[in-house]
Amino acid sequence: MADEKKTLVKVEHLKEYFNIKTGMFKSTPLKAVDDVSFEIKKGETLGLVGESGCGKTTVGRTILRLYEPTDGKIFYDGVEIKSKASLKEFRKKATMVFQDPYSSLNPRMTVTDIIAEPLDIHKLCKTKEERKARVLELMDYVGLNSEHAVRYAHEFSGGQRQRIGIARSLAVNPEFIVCDEPVSALDVSIQAQVINMFDELQDRLGLTYLFIAHDLLVVRHISDRIAVMYLGRMVEMGEAQEIYNHPMHPYSKSLLSAVPVPDPKIARANKRIVLEGDIPSPLNAPSGCPFRTRCRYATEACAESMPDFNDVGGGHFVACHRVAEIN
Amino acid sequence: MDHLLEVNHLKTSFFTNAGEVKAVNDVSFTLDRGKVLGIVGESGSGKSVTAYSIMQILAPTGKIVGGSVLLDGEELVGASEKKMKEVRGNKISIIFQDPMTSMNPTYTVGHQLEEAIMLHTNRNREQAKARAIEMLRLCNVNEPEKRVKQYPHEHSGGMRQRCMIAMALACEPDILIADEPTTALDVTIQAQILELMKSLQEELGMAIIMITHDLGVVAQLCDEVIVMYAGGICEHGTADEIYYNPKHEYTKGLMRSIPTADTAGHKLQPIEGTPIDLLNMPKGCPFAPRCENALKVCITHAPCKVRINENHTSSCWMCIKEGLEAGTMKPEDLPEDAREVLING
Ligand SMILES: Nc1ncnc2c1ncn2[C@@H]1O[C@H](COP(=O)(O)OP(=O)(O)OP(=O)(O)O)[C@@H](O)[C@H]1O
Ligand SMILES: Nc1ncnc2c1ncn2[C@@H]1O[C@H](COP(=O)(O)OP(=O)(O)OP(=O)(O)O)[C@@H](O)[C@H]1O
Ligand code: SF4
Ligand SMILES: [Mg+2]
Ligand SMILES: [Mg+2]
Repeated sequence: MADEKKTLVKVEHLKEYFNIKTGMFKSTPLKAVDDVSFEIKKGETLGLVGESGCGKTTVGRTILRLYEPTDGKIFYDGVEIKSKASLKEFRKKATMVFQDPYSSLNPRMTVTDIIAEPLDIHKLCKTKEERKARVLELMDYVGLNSEHAVRYAHEFSGGQRQRIGIARSLAVNPEFIVCDEPVSALDVSIQAQVINMFDELQDRLGLTYLFIAHDLLVVRHISDRIAVMYLGRMVEMGEAQEIYNHPMHPYSKSLLSAVPVPDPKIARANKRIVLEGDIPSPLNAPSGCPFRTRCRYATEACAESMPDFNDVGGGHFVACHRVAEIN
Repeated sequence: MDHLLEVNHLKTSFFTNAGEVKAVNDVSFTLDRGKVLGIVGESGSGKSVTAYSIMQILAPTGKIVGGSVLLDGEELVGASEKKMKEVRGNKISIIFQDPMTSMNPTYTVGHQLEEAIMLHTNRNREQAKARAIEMLRLCNVNEPEKRVKQYPHEHSGGMRQRCMIAMALACEPDILIADEPTTALDVTIQAQILELMKSLQEELGMAIIMITHDLGVVAQLCDEVIVMYAGGICEHGTADEIYYNPKHEYTKGLMRSIPTADTAGHKLQPIEGTPIDLLNMPKGCPFAPRCENALKVCITHAPCKVRINENHTSSCWMCIKEGLEAGTMKPEDLPEDAREVLING
């Protein structure tokens, strides 16, 4: 199904290094995203998972060019986003939804003004009436009541605030949305409401999502494909069910085995692959494979070179020297 | 049988400018040695305040307004601060969600551990130092001799949480209360911490109260589960009863809303509506405004607690109705006016 569709977003060898001051005159590059390549098809949801600090948000922000990439290319609909003009067009088609529904909205603005802000910035409405009608339409999309329009953000619950944030992101009529942990701060029951809404909006408006989350149950539910990151690198990517049921990279294996399953009998019987130690600092990432310091399969070769991100069949990509032996 | 901890009809309120917030409203449960009790429920349902009430570490505006807390048969509500100091640390320890807020950034981890140990046990500085290192090692902290000399900010989130657990366990409590101990951590680190808690619990034989909104964590760790809604217990039972035989409409909704292997490509089944506002509590069942099966009586009268079996209770009018139909409950058990609404409505 997915391969008949055309590629909307294409990222090639993306790098985002932050310079961190490590002394009076010294600075060290923090490789937040290091040589990441992938594609997202039109209408598809690519889930992006990995531990805190592995570079998920940075990938999202760099694709949207909220950060200037250190290196690599970003194509949107076949066009490289490079010139000012292409960037300006791109900004209308691609937006972001943020994690925290509490701090990402100005509490002193009314719902109408929050949602209409991008409309005003891009001068998308000619008249007051048009602006008002568009805001009400957007509120309807996300299941907010029209009487909410004049109320202030702080009067709303977490789930409702997340809806306001999403309505605002939809204002410019985007085609592609980077959703950065959009349901992580919500209770399970409310989370389900918001996930359904993402689903419905995708069907209705043909949206394409990069969906960042650390809850793997949520990611499996919503994604067509899943990509796993570790320490700035992408280590595995493939069809969602395939990744979930047959992870091939040692890191993905332990990550998935660690997911607490909400079923006592399964949970008690579950053999978890508990990883030793902590994730290394990205300021001094290990040589070779970034996972080797915690990997039980690591050999000398793993310290020598970074494994390639290879298709092992059916669009299932893995970056591990020993992928064939251990699977 | 005597229970290690017995909480009876506990009520705690906050007195705010906007009015009285009944954060914990008639909560009762017992806890025995070596057991793990999970408390789940949505944000604001009163999980933390229940724990803080047991420990009596409430904010100044908060007050226990009713009920009792018996520890080894001894009443804690109304006990002196001196007595409570003894309880906290010696008998009951708590670990919080964010270890950074509960550690002092200006002292080394070792110093804080030693202080806690000296405060709660009869050890001198030298002995406390040895004990601190021993506790850290027990909590899978590698190179504990080095770690004690570091400050909290020099540790990762997982490492800090392990130090917090070490601190909480240093005084060998009978009960460990863990308030969302892994919510801020990554899944692989969470798995480490949960394994650690489980093995320590088995080794030391303490009881754990595990507060979380993660139903996966509860499934993995808990023998018994309390489900809270709007300050009260809506359902209580063994983990298997709660997961495989939920009876309260809220619990059922909660279980249905979790994404599973089978939901991919389908719609999830959320609980509609918005969470409760404790300042505007409905008259009847607090869940009634969001309940798709609400009866008339649900809106007018609060349900009483019903025994489903020896391992399971639920406070839901649907269960009462079933009980009446099955003959396990008698109409006389209900208040007269409620009975009328139930039967005629
Ligand atoms: N603006 C910045 N300046 C310097 N370093 C940064 C900046 N943004 C992120 N980093 C660093 O880059 C790395 C990747 O961060 P990023 O926020 O992308 O991770 P993440 O995967 O989104 O984590 P989380 O799950 O915690 O949100 C981290 O080590 C982070 O500290
Ligand atoms: N200091 C306070 N002043 C006023 N109200 C308070 C105070 N502390 C807690 N509350 C209220 O008491 C209720 C219960 O809060 P509690 O912290 O126990 O919730 P919780 O179940 O632990 O939620 P969460 O999952 O978000 O931690 C909430 O409605 C909260 O707003
Ligand atoms: S490349 Fe080596 S260290 Fe990296 S995941 Fe594979 S086996 Fe482990
Ligand atoms: Mg992030
Ligand atoms: Mg809490």
